[in-house]
Amino acid sequence: MALDLARWQFGITTIYHFLFVPLTIGLSVVVASLQTAWHRTGRTEYLRATKFFGKLFLINFAMGVVTGIVQEFQFGMNWSDYSTFVGDVFGAPLAMEALLAFFLESTFIGLWIFGWDKLPRRVHLACIWAAAIGTNLSAYFILAANAWMRHPVGFEIDPTTGQARLTSIWAVLSNDQAWSTYLHVVSAAFIAAGLFVAAVSAYKLMKDKEPRERELFRKSMRAGFVVTAIAGVVVTLSGDHQAKLMAQYEPMKLASAEALWDDEHAAGFSIFAVGDIQDGRNHVNVQIPGVLAFLATGDFEGDVQGINDIQARYEQAFGPGTYIPNVGLLYWAFRMMMGLGLAGVAISVVGLWMTRKGKLFPYRWQYGLVVAALPAALLANIFGWILTEMGRQPWTVVGELLTANSVSPGVSLTEVAISLSAFTLIYAVLAVVEFGLLRRYVKAGTAAVMPYPEDEPEPEKTDDRVPAFVY
Amino acid sequence: MDLTVIWFLAIAVLWTGYLVLEGFDFGVGALLPVLSKDDTDRRVMINSIGPVWDGNEVWLITAVGATFAAFPAWYASMLSGFYLPMLLILLALIGRGVAFEYRGKVDSAVWRRRWDAVIVAGSALPAFLWGLLFANLVRGLAMGPDHVVTTDVFELFNGYALLGGVLTLGLFLLHGAVFLSLKTDGPVRLRARSFAAWSALVVLPLLVAFAGWTQARSGEPWTLPVAIVSVVALALGAGLVRRRREGWAFTATAVAVGMLAVLIFGSLFPDVLPSTTDPANSLTIDNAASAPYTLTVLSWVAAVFLPLVLAYQAWSYWVFRKRVTRDHIAVSH
Ligand code: HDD
Ligand code: HEM
Ligand code: HEM
Repeated sequence: MALDLARWQFGITTIYHFLFVPLTIGLSVVVASLQTAWHRTGRTEYLRATKFFGKLFLINFAMGVVTGIVQEFQFGMNWSDYSTFVGDVFGAPLAMEALLAFFLESTFIGLWIFGWDKLPRRVHLACIWAAAIGTNLSAYFILAANAWMRHPVGFEIDPTTGQARLTSIWAVLSNDQAWSTYLHVVSAAFIAAGLFVAAVSAYKLMKDKEPRERELFRKSMRAGFVVTAIAGVVVTLSGDHQAKLMAQYEPMKLASAEALWDDEHAAGFSIFAVGDIQDGRNHVNVQIPGVLAFLATGDFEGDVQGINDIQARYEQAFGPGTYIPNVGLLYWAFRMMMGLGLAGVAISVVGLWMTRKGKLFPYRWQYGLVVAALPAALLANIFGWILTEMGRQPWTVVGELLTANSVSPGVSLTEVAISLSAFTLIYAVLAVVEFGLLRRYVKAGTAAVMPYPEDEPEPEKTDDRVPAFVY
Repeated sequence: MDLTVIWFLAIAVLWTGYLVLEGFDFGVGALLPVLSKDDTDRRVMINSIGPVWDGNEVWLITAVGATFAAFPAWYASMLSGFYLPMLLILLALIGRGVAFEYRGKVDSAVWRRRWDAVIVAGSALPAFLWGLLFANLVRGLAMGPDHVVTTDVFELFNGYALLGGVLTLGLFLLHGAVFLSLKTDGPVRLRARSFAAWSALVVLPLLVAFAGWTQARSGEPWTLPVAIVSVVALALGAGLVRRRREGWAFTATAVAVGMLAVLIFGSLFPDVLPSTTDPANSLTIDNAASAPYTLTVLSWVAAVFLPLVLAYQAWSYWVFRKRVTRDHIAVSH
């Protein structure tokens, strides 16, 4: 029971953290690019966009930071046996993340927020880039740690303590699963961030009549589409690679995500299936022939392992037990990830075409569709993680440590119940607050962060004036 | 020197850095209602720590991350053993971080008042709890040979630990007040200065009591001078701030906090988590440590990057070296 609650807590807090993370990863680069454009061209339009999206970025960033701290403590609090087992290997990338990335990110964000009028322009621009690099660097380390759990490399088991012992940090950091996941997750993050920019802009185009605002948001909407479209290519290529690695390292996950019950030659990709999990077979299964085999092996004639056969092989290798994850959930998570995410990419490509040469969408609902693509992209990210993490069950470290043996033995059911309720409650409240704030700032438009010159004269500036971004 | 000793030292340094740095921003946050008369005062106070508090907090994240990597068993037993207090600290840090960022984002007095309450609670609570937890760490926890902590949460509130908690709370308030007297100007500076001078009358005896108790129960010969330096530095700090030598006063209170941390880690060594059940069950720098290879890797990473981090954090303090005053606040918006 304490195990179940600890799992719920980990799932809830991680998913919540990951609502903000993709936006931070992508928007940091978007804002830095906008500011670079301003620096290069000197056009106030870019400065205006930098400040506007910068404000939204910071509202999101704050949530990313505070929910991240929980993640770092949670391993020790709820998964102490896991922590002692893997600390030697897993702790190293985590410590590197803090030292190399988090310090960079938080210090330079502070400098950027408060440094608008204090730092020379060039240095101030470098600050947002340093923060963006820190953010994208931090993702690599945490993903390398996570990838190690799915494909453990560069370690041995200590014969006396039974714990994992690092033998090669390079193996851990250059794990094929790590860089492949990195490409996939970061491009998925850029899909979300691109759609964030596009959705906010579409909303403004739908509501706002101010011609200068409309001109700015028309351009930024296109910029968002471009980011999403490019990221869409990378996400597809890296996703294909992820599936091949999965076939190699976690065949059970792939088989479950495809509801493929038995080993199959030239397996087809399932579009829609209804099955019987107890019985281990499908009643209905609509397939495209050969495509799963290609996804898994790169060959339409390849062999793909099925759930029942893998279960039999695992019992041989690891002893009796159930090694089958939640098939129904994985099957739909896989499809939701691809479907929702690629729908956003498709909208972007079509949108780019429709808005070429200064055109605008003819119908209001088309803007509404762009706005809806943002939650879809965030959901796609979440479903991706559900696929990855739930598909790894019953293992925390594939082939080495079971989730059931990872939990803290000294922490009681009551304690986990308290923390689970507390996090759920505070996260729910904060979600409402943050959403309200984002809406408010989007509604207010760019004039709220930078008044148009005729409306209000710019306050005259002296050197040590504190800028508009202070708390 | 052994790698395990080096990493014990490294972690002690990270915690010391954390307590010295976040100590003052906890203090500033908790003093919000005490030293302000209106919203402009409060904004002066919050903006004095605005650019740096997040960077300060990363010292905590790094200390905990480094503990995970270098002493996994310590990380696991400490965090699961202190489950509920850790939860409170996390909730406080969540609320506080969001509050700094969001309080100025809506122009409404009610909105700001609510977030101010979160800042005060979110600063005072961890300021107290860190002292409580560190005192319990020195005192030890009930722990069998499997290193699973069995101490009941109520036992964490023992006399020694409560003294530790009250001390860190008081010490951080004072440290924060000295910081404000250094970094602000106008009425806030005056109030902060007098608060710092007067509160020393309470904090100094607390420090003497806690340092003495710690030294007596688990100190080493070499930690005695450390304890004395801490007390003397605090007394000096209070004296200097009255004489308006604010830079030196802040240095002195930083030394006082830092030496208290050194005393705590010095009394702990070579244990990292003593067992009150049986000393044989204690976690030590040897049985809690990662293998030498991991420690070597970490050493290289730290040797290259820690100086870099120190350099750019120092630079950021230098960029924001000017005092924040009410005039600055008036122009913005
Ligand atoms: C792919 C990227 C990614 C993933 C999978 C995770 N995070 Fe995260 N994390 C980030 C990317 C990120 C970030 C984008 O870099 C954040 C968001 C806001 C920020 O400041 O950094 C962040 C913030 C953040 C912070 C606060 C840093 C600060 O104060 O600046 C911590 C301690 C963690 N994370 C730790 C974790 C842990 C232990 C995770 C595993 C369960 C995790 N994160 C998943
Ligand atoms: C790197 C970022 C990570 C993300 C985004 C992530 C995401 C998720 C998600 C979405 C779930 C499913 C929640 C559920 O329904 O249970 C989950 C479960 C879980 N994850 Fe991860 N995870 C990450 C890293 C890790 C790491 C580093 C660990 C190491 C302990 C871990 C351990 C677990 C455990 C123990 C569960 C609960 C098992 C379960 O409920 O299925 N995850 N995670
Ligand atoms: C053709 C399209 C795609 C394919 C073939 C694909 C494939 C995959 C596979 C196989 C995994 C599981 C990796 C593992 O557990 O080993 C995965 C995970 C994931 N996917 Fe996708 N994906 C696609 C599109 C997308 C899109 C559009 C998004 C989001 C916008 C997305 C976001 C994620 C995320 C966040 C994860 C979890 C992290 C990871 O393990 O890489 N994916 N994807």
